[in-house]
Amino acid sequence: MDRREAVLAAALLAVLAVAPLVASNILLNFLVTSLIIALAAQGWNILGGYAGQFSFGHAAFFGTGAYATAVLQIRYGVNAWVGLAVGIALGAAVGWIIGVLSFRARLRGSYFALVTLAFAEVLRILANASDFTGGAAGLLVKLEPGIGNLQFPSRAAFLWLLVLVVAGVLGLTAWIARGRLGARLVAVRENEDAARALGVDVLRTKLIAIALSGAITAAAGCLYTQNFLYLDANIAYGTWISVEVLIAAILGGAGTVLGPVIGALALHGLGEIVKMALHGAAGPVPGVDLIFFGVLLILGVAFLPTGVMGGLRRVLRRGAR
Amino acid sequence: MLPPELIAEAVVNGLLAGAAYALIALGLTLVYGVLHIVNFAHGAMLTCAMFAAWGLHAAFGLDPYLSILPLAAIFFLIGYAVQRWVIGPASHGDDGNTLLVTLGLAIVLENAMLAIFRSDTRSLGGDAAFDVVELGPMLLSRPRLIGFIVVLLTAALLWVLLARTDTGRAIRAVAKEKRGAQFCGIDPQHIYAVTFGLGAACVAVAACLLLPTFYVNPRVGNAFVLVAFTIVVLGGMGSIPGALIGGLFIGVVEGLGGLLLGDSLGQLGIFLIFILVLLLRPTGLFGAGA
Repeated sequence: MDRREAVLAAALLAVLAVAPLVASNILLNFLVTSLIIALAAQGWNILGGYAGQFSFGHAAFFGTGAYATAVLQIRYGVNAWVGLAVGIALGAAVGWIIGVLSFRARLRGSYFALVTLAFAEVLRILANASDFTGGAAGLLVKLEPGIGNLQFPSRAAFLWLLVLVVAGVLGLTAWIARGRLGARLVAVRENEDAARALGVDVLRTKLIAIALSGAITAAAGCLYTQNFLYLDANIAYGTWISVEVLIAAILGGAGTVLGPVIGALALHGLGEIVKMALHGAAGPVPGVDLIFFGVLLILGVAFLPTGVMGGLRRVLRRGAR
Repeated sequence: MLPPELIAEAVVNGLLAGAAYALIALGLTLVYGVLHIVNFAHGAMLTCAMFAAWGLHAAFGLDPYLSILPLAAIFFLIGYAVQRWVIGPASHGDDGNTLLVTLGLAIVLENAMLAIFRSDTRSLGGDAAFDVVELGPMLLSRPRLIGFIVVLLTAALLWVLLARTDTGRAIRAVAKEKRGAQFCGIDPQHIYAVTFGLGAACVAVAACLLLPTFYVNPRVGNAFVLVAFTIVVLGGMGSIPGALIGGLFIGVVEGLGGLLLGDSLGQLGIFLIFILVLLLRPTGLFGAGA
């Protein structure tokens, strides 16, 4: 991340932070959802973008965070902030466990993608069947607005919280990318055998990446619960979130600091526009936004392999010359 | 303890059900063996084929068994075109990209079906599911018996194609040594597309065989394809006999599991087998190496 990108990030965050002063409630709701997805996509980016291990099952982390927060509050009366912390820790733990199992077995590429997908599905089936997680009916968190409960009466306050968290993760990502860990992650992505030959502990690097990735995506899941106060297995562990964070990170620019945030905002925005534009006479047409996402993914891989940020970088560099 | 006839019946019916799995897995493993990619759109293609067979029945009263040949031909052509002009060019020869492009394709197909047909579940109606043949003490489903025979025929046909024809030789050559095949005047892009088309044709045949006893909705392919992934991994990625044997094996496991544990846990069992096989023996029971 060079200085121009830092300026871009700061400008973007500033615009998001002042948005509540002028924006309507609908726009605020849209921004809140987009930023939750952006946060989850930032998690995907650490593992998929920097370390090059494509996960098709990030719902496993998102759902774990979401369920941890909800179950702790509802069943044990634990404070929501504590729930958030536990959710993040559990997300890291689930990431670490999946990582130990699959990276030890030397799964990479499509094998790794498949096994992450299967883990997410197992968790979805279990959460859907178990009474502990509310079964198919789902869980409803009690509405009790107040900072202590991590619930805010105004949309604006929640948005500000999200902007802060996203900014924090942006800083963390930039710091990692500049440091030794970032160099190791990229080395593993570009050529695992060469990295190993140069003395990089490949397994350890991948485990750090997946635990960190799981923690960040779980945080997004926790905040999802606190915002919507309802979840079931198909939301928390559903394929939609796995797919949306992957596409957001890749289209925005995998392996760039700002890519997932830009990708999530653009993707979610375009999705809403498509849904509105193709609103049938008999109500919304199901799946149109996802059709559009799928087409964008194919086109993105074909014509913009480095994502929006990669394209932007080229333009900026040309401008600097 | 269950009576032995009941167990024997579950095993045989499992074998018959496994035949459809085997055929779906055959298409997947063929594509993997030659192109070295996991085709994530395989399940969505199955859903499309099932809707096509259902549509032909609904519109023209065409028996799904009569749709087998025309649908297989059409899906071969579609598969050829998709690999040649979408997946191939879009992924710039990078495996990670191919993975993403087939995922994109799966999302598009599945949600297009959802947008067109909504999430309603449809079936052919009629009583094909209760149409049974008596074999000694066992009652076997007639559509499944027909399916079993057709799967064996299809596999034999595929084997002849791969072993005895020039195209088959070219496919095997590209699978083993792409660059070398290219020097011998084989166009790998053409062979890739032919292979992908064959995978699509397998799915079309499987769809026609499944429809009489099964239902169709926009998500139906997912259930089958995860089973197929399990079979492909179990049998060794790219191994054709592995896919056939693995398919029959999973069918039996599911038949016995359904008998002993009930249906709801059956799906979980398949996922767990899948994860275990991937972790413990990612090269499969018959595979030579990943």
